[in-house]
Amino acid sequence: MYSVNYHRANSVADAAKLVKTGDAKLLSGGMTLIPAMKTRLAAPSDLVDIARIPELKGIAVSGKTVTIGAATTHFEVSRDEKLKKVCPALAHLASLIGDPAVRHKGTIGGSIANNDPAADYPAALLALGATIITNKRQLAADKFFKGLFETALKDGEIVTAVTFTAPEKAGYEKFRNPASRYAIVGVFVASGKDGARVAVTGAGDDGVFRSRQIESALAKGFSPASLEGLKLPADNLMSDIHASADYRAHLIVVMAKRAVAAASR
Amino acid sequence: MSDVSLTINGRKVSGSVEDRTLLVHFLREHEGLTGTHVGCDTSQCGACVVHVDGKAVKSCTMLAVQASGSTVLTIEGLAHGADLHPVQAAFKEHHGLQCGFCTPGMIMTATDMIARHPEGLDEATVRAELEGNICRCTGYHNIVKAILAASKTMAKAGKGKAKVAA
Repeated sequence: MYSVNYHRANSVADAAKLVKTGDAKLLSGGMTLIPAMKTRLAAPSDLVDIARIPELKGIAVSGKTVTIGAATTHFEVSRDEKLKKVCPALAHLASLIGDPAVRHKGTIGGSIANNDPAADYPAALLALGATIITNKRQLAADKFFKGLFETALKDGEIVTAVTFTAPEKAGYEKFRNPASRYAIVGVFVASGKDGARVAVTGAGDDGVFRSRQIESALAKGFSPASLEGLKLPADNLMSDIHASADYRAHLIVVMAKRAVAAASR
Repeated sequence: MSDVSLTINGRKVSGSVEDRTLLVHFLREHEGLTGTHVGCDTSQCGACVVHVDGKAVKSCTMLAVQASGSTVLTIEGLAHGADLHPVQAAFKEHHGLQCGFCTPGMIMTATDMIARHPEGLDEATVRAELEGNICRCTGYHNIVKAILAASKTMAKAGKGKAKVAA
């Protein structure tokens, strides 16, 4: 790891000031950034630790409205009883990220700001039609995720929370890389009065995306049977050492069926 | 350089470290607590697991400065004098190790796991929760056996909860 200057922010306002220092980066759980710095893939001059800022932590559920602070850990999301009542699929998703030690540190804000093409949360927020709240503005998930490790965040902009209305039904299934536990394909489905929204992670060569084909197939009925025989084109899907684009195209439908089944239980 | 102060195994510790110093290196090189191991250095193997504020974390993926102000428990802080912690005793009893390199991380993960499951553990849960700890000797079988046995012993003794606070 190259030399770095560490700062601990006490508030979002404090972090917004500190992040203007040199080539600073925000540090939350550090489950991606620290490994990237160790391998010198990332070399920020300064780190602004936002993990302990009280206003960034915690989960609030009011009726069907869920708000999760950016520095809330995967472990906290996976265990939250209020969240499990209104949107158990999201708690389930959080319980599948990495391993216990990673879930104790990694945060929802860090995951979406990094927007790894195989991360779990981007699929959930896109399918849930969530709103991402920053220290400057509010953004729909559809506008937030821009591509591989790319988001609409501007320099120094800080994700402070995410909020969404819990859908009637939701489910998440992922086919994991057994070594990294990242998704080879992960599919989040959400169903409500406006129909189904389906988002896919791990598969797109430009990051997380909505599958309109699966959404329209589910318009005939929110059931795995509606996806029977559906074939997706392999265009714009990733091919790598883990899986070919064709295989991923097949897996998307399989994971979508399982997610719909899980949502209906 | 930054000043760090933390409580390690019940002892208040402070020092001045380079900001890029990893917690595991602080523990091993500044504090001489070499029970915590560096296995893969890529956040995957779990040989470096310690508890920070009561939660199992990978100390190779955290800066020492991030831990400043926190309470850290390492493998050295687990036993009470000559009395092994129930998880350590179970690893010995059930032959849950061969070369022993992964064992400190396994045991720290196991104590955290048992504390989070006061209702008891089954084999599938133990195997799922061991995802972040790699062992190249045992094939995991006896590690799983040891954790299940320790979980039962601790439930009987009512120690499952108490140890987290330590």
